[in-house]
Amino acid sequence: MTEYTTLSKLAVDRRRALRILGGAALAAGSMGLPGAVFAQAGRKIKIGFVTPKTGPLAPFAEADSFVIEQMRKLFADGLQIGGARYPVEIIVKDSQSNPNRAAGVATDLIVKDKIDLMLVSSTPETTNPVSDQCELNKKPCISTVAPWQPWFFTRGGKPEKGFDWTYHFFWGLEDLIGVFSSMWESAGTNKVVGALWPNDGDGNAWGDAKLGFPPVLTKGGYTVVDPGRYQNLTSDYSAQIARYKDAKVEILTGVPIPPDFTTFWNQAMQKGFKPKVATVGKALLFPSSVEALGANGDGLSSEVWWTPKHPFKSSLTGQSTQALADSYEAASKKQWTQPLGFAHALFEIAVDVLKRSKDLNSPAAIRDAIAATRLDTIVGPISWQGGPVKNVAKTPLVGGQWRKGGKHKYELVIVENSQAKMIPVQDKLKPIGG
Amino acid sequence: MINILDTIMQGLLLGGLYALFATGLSLAFGIMRFVNIAHGDFIVLGAFASLALIQWLPMHPLLTLLIVLPALAVMGYWAQRLVYNRTLGRDIMPPLLVTFGLSVMLQNGLLEMFSGDSRRLDAGDLTTASIDLGGGLAIGVFPLITLVIAIALLAGLQYLFSRTAIGRALRATSDDPEIVQLMAVDSRKVYGVAMAIASATVGLAGVILGMTKAFDPLLGPPQLLFAFEAVIIGGLGSLWGTLAGGMVLGVAQAVGFRFDPGWGILFGHLAFMAILLVKPQGLFPKTRD
Repeated sequence: MTEYTTLSKLAVDRRRALRILGGAALAAGSMGLPGAVFAQAGRKIKIGFVTPKTGPLAPFAEADSFVIEQMRKLFADGLQIGGARYPVEIIVKDSQSNPNRAAGVATDLIVKDKIDLMLVSSTPETTNPVSDQCELNKKPCISTVAPWQPWFFTRGGKPEKGFDWTYHFFWGLEDLIGVFSSMWESAGTNKVVGALWPNDGDGNAWGDAKLGFPPVLTKGGYTVVDPGRYQNLTSDYSAQIARYKDAKVEILTGVPIPPDFTTFWNQAMQKGFKPKVATVGKALLFPSSVEALGANGDGLSSEVWWTPKHPFKSSLTGQSTQALADSYEAASKKQWTQPLGFAHALFEIAVDVLKRSKDLNSPAAIRDAIAATRLDTIVGPISWQGGPVKNVAKTPLVGGQWRKGGKHKYELVIVENSQAKMIPVQDKLKPIGG
Repeated sequence: MINILDTIMQGLLLGGLYALFATGLSLAFGIMRFVNIAHGDFIVLGAFASLALIQWLPMHPLLTLLIVLPALAVMGYWAQRLVYNRTLGRDIMPPLLVTFGLSVMLQNGLLEMFSGDSRRLDAGDLTTASIDLGGGLAIGVFPLITLVIAIALLAGLQYLFSRTAIGRALRATSDDPEIVQLMAVDSRKVYGVAMAIASATVGLAGVILGMTKAFDPLLGPPQLLFAFEAVIIGGLGSLWGTLAGGMVLGVAQAVGFRFDPGWGILFGHLAFMAILLVKPQGLFPKTRD
């Protein structure tokens, strides 16, 4: 521990030295610039972006390279801020789905690349370590794609105090519980819910007897059959399936990782367990996971953060949600995925913040600009005023059902909007096989 | 009563899958004392090879075995001749290190080629087909097929080892690789053949894995763990022991799952530890070192 503190102290000293050196170089550089290239050329602005490009979380980052390409084109001539044009560099680092590596590359971005603003996305395993490094190093940071509770409370956030440097936008568990239970209201079941909650961060949060699903569901008249937490990558679910069958479960819910849900669902079919509704988080977010179920993916439902049917448009490109999804599909030859909208929105906010910042050389000024954000993005209006806790802005959450056919193998149809009325419902939830 | 029966049946079916995963490892260890850390990754490689074939030419995953098995056998033969043979010796570290490196390379290579998406080999109706045994009891057709394949494979290998010339050469080389050289048997080639057979069974395990559950490039190491436990429980070098080991592991896990879904894997590990304590050589040890 002592060694660690001396090391970090050394790092701070070195950083201070670098800053002085950097400032001197900058001053020298700006004196030397004749100003022929741009009327008034600003210094280069650096944006750091950490994302799980590889590893088990890679499906979350699938759309990132498209968005970054889009942004690099957009920033090709620099960014007009105030009277000057600033060249922009986006430095992307892969977390390899590993929290330790995410923290490491974040430190690199802050210390070596000396970025001005950090962006990070995709699950608490990525957002939390990066946000922590930014908080530690006093670097403004915007994160997304992780329910806000695991981002806020797991990092030791106190609701009244919040954080100084790190800001987050996404929905929370309260929206999820609202969406799921209202989705089931209309389905005409016996209200017996079977829970498939794994022994990991998400599973324990969802299954929590005080803050999770069980109290809300019991209040709503549901019976919860919870066989207990299981290890991820289990090969055998016959014990759970037997319990569900005994209790006559008609609604299945849970938050398994994608490979586990496939195994579970196939075994459920083998053992003759056929619930009327299966609303599952995490595992059914991506078309690839639903396609992995073959013909048995039809009628499964999931939470929906963003679709091309959301009535929003980009503040950067003016594209509608549909236009963004179409250009992604044309460029990548793959079906759109939900993180696409959020990756785009991250950069929308970044540009907006940089433009409004009073002093680009002061991290505190950039941070203040984040806090004051009021922007209509492609994922909805974003503002850090009036969130559930400090530093958190909420985006709308609705419910969707995977249906066969159309342009892709499976289409995600919005079937529930009780928590976000501005997003239109396309159809009602249909029972599986109905 | 029905529940107990269901649990044990499910455990035995699961055991069949574990035995299949473990066969290649058991062979390599039994004949060459060669521990392949990349065993699980080779299983996943088999699944991806089948997937790649299906993407190129749509067909039933079981048909891909006709190409995947020979391909992996050839690969195994040359991997043994060119790489593994150089690592074999009195020191057990070199094979461990080399295969550990291979494991990392395979995982990242597959990630590069196939991305981190989780995939499945679509076996159509076979995946979800079920046999109703009455009284609320049902078992999946595919797990049953897996168990039959595992037993048939082990019986076939047993026959190969005890009744054929190549089997005798393999056993003799296993007993003393130096003496067999005097009988004009090239132990390096025999090892190559052994690895070819082991790799073919790994390919089979991979295709079955891909049809049983979703897989991604990083699914290898957990498979290695179960395979390893099955081999140790059964006793080193014994093929039927490997089947028994898989069954013990499967039933222990199924019983654990019954108590609490979080305990299944733990019960498997506990059974493994209990057998190590009572019979450190495993249930049916053949190899003595």
